Amino acid sequence: MAEVTVLAATGNAMVAEAFRQAAPDVLAAYPITPQTAIVENFAKYVADGRVHTEFVAVESEHSAMSACIGASAAGARVATATSSQGLALMYEELHIASGMRLPIVMANANRALSAPINIHGDHSDVMGARDTGWILLFAETAQEAYDNSLISFRIAEHPSVQLPVMTTLDGFITTHAMERCELLDDETVAAYVGAYTPAYPLLNGETAAAQGMFASLGGTYFEIKKAERAAIDASMPCIKAAGEAWAAVCGRGFEVIDAWKCEDADYILVVLGSAAGNARVVARELRAQGIKAGVARIRVYRPFPFEELAQVLKGARAVGILDRSDSFGAQYGPVGLDVRSALYGEGLLIPTRDYIYGLGGADVTLDALRQAYGELQSLAAGELDQGLSYLGTR
Amino acid sequence: MSDLIEIRWHARAGQGAVTASKLLAETALLKGSYIQAMPEYGPERTGAPLRAYSRISSSPIELHNNIVNPTIVVVLDETLLPIVNVLEGLDERGLLLLNTTKDVDTIRSELKVPPGITVAVVDASGIALDTIGRDIPNTPTVGALAHITKVVTVDALKENLRKSFGKKFSQDVIDANLASVDRAAQEVHCE
Repeated sequence: MAEVTVLAATGNAMVAEAFRQAAPDVLAAYPITPQTAIVENFAKYVADGRVHTEFVAVESEHSAMSACIGASAAGARVATATSSQGLALMYEELHIASGMRLPIVMANANRALSAPINIHGDHSDVMGARDTGWILLFAETAQEAYDNSLISFRIAEHPSVQLPVMTTLDGFITTHAMERCELLDDETVAAYVGAYTPAYPLLNGETAAAQGMFASLGGTYFEIKKAERAAIDASMPCIKAAGEAWAAVCGRGFEVIDAWKCEDADYILVVLGSAAGNARVVARELRAQGIKAGVARIRVYRPFPFEELAQVLKGARAVGILDRSDSFGAQYGPVGLDVRSALYGEGLLIPTRDYIYGLGGADVTLDALRQAYGELQSLAAGELDQGLSYLGTR
Repeated sequence: MSDLIEIRWHARAGQGAVTASKLLAETALLKGSYIQAMPEYGPERTGAPLRAYSRISSSPIELHNNIVNPTIVVVLDETLLPIVNVLEGLDERGLLLLNTTKDVDTIRSELKVPPGITVAVVDASGIALDTIGRDIPNTPTVGALAHITKVVTVDALKENLRKSFGKKFSQDVIDANLASVDRAAQEVHCE
């Protein structure tokens, strides 16, 4: 029977606890706001002997991911954490981690990118890693940051997945706010995460293996990329199984799309991360006025759950997408493009509108969300176009 | 969510407002409430004006934005009053608690506090200097807040201080903080 400790903790503290409990063999990391406390807390756990991990303090994020790649190829369970410019600096290594099919788990404190300089929360950094072949999870709360981080190890290391997983939480809003959290006992978590058996460890003298090879003309590169696409496409059942297995242990549900009152909703907002609660507060208020509002929160963003999402959205009269980053020059922000594509694929021509919100940590006010729901009603009535707007700017 | 209490803290960096927001929330958690405590981060410079927030509720808290209409505003440094509108958004039946040597009537007239709002004053800096020996007004201010609002009880606050400070500080420091809470509870004036 799992032993549960209720505590007041930040998202960063909960991710550090999850990493301690998953006990990676190697953790190589470089500190960056607002991720710093994850690495700081973890380093303390190592120093105090509470986890026996080879902690590698490197001189940059590029080196952090390089060290993680080397350790993972050698056969180690590996974790790390970063944010913003740090994730951007890792960009070339992110492709190497996924291309080599290394099950590295990385926490990202979602933060704005320069310029101008800004240390606060948005999704610009993680969206830059959207197409790197990593599985991407978004947490709404500190509790979910813990849950997702543990689930990540099960997903990444599953023999038929073998892909890196990024477990993300919103900078400051989730990393630094203290909330009521539940921590499960170390034994229960260790039993859930399980032991890691690498498929082709370089440091195993028994079987010869080559990794990170040159694959030039003649199709090998092309074939390997196709296999990578097949792997991430096929990972969804493993993600669901890992999430549901954790749900059975901790008692908190797991859905790739957390749909709130979408079954009969006329107007649905699609959202990632910490703003979902605010959207539900406004939707509940609208329901009390007789307006059927719903909220669809995407918890697993890559692989993109397009079938599940289309199912959730199919009855809506209008759908708004909340995008906490922009894809400059495209029709919509990145989430908006994905959502529209999912609808089109299922033959659903529901009118949509994209809302860029909360960039650089701008507060997500309830008034801004009321405005979005109000616009969805105009959109459904044909009084508004399917454009993109910035929510809450001058 | 009808019993949701939202608190905004005003202070200067270094006065312990973030710790105070967490101390209050943590105490409420120990008594079974759902909580949030978060600072509003800006450039971190000692002495710069800052805000912090606490939310306390008997049910899970879904909101994750800044508090715009607080139930309670706490001001740890009265030198902020000319430069920060501490009453901004305060519930018309809310509470304003200040660390000051001035009396309630003076504060009420100086700040033109609307009549529905309760004003409370406590010389938390004086109490901190007497008991802890340093001008860190956060613990006595939380003590005063507990006494007048019962958001958490003074006993629960002291129990949490013993528990959480016990890991980090000497018995003398813990006793001084406990004494500061008792004094603030006795000396806070509220009208």
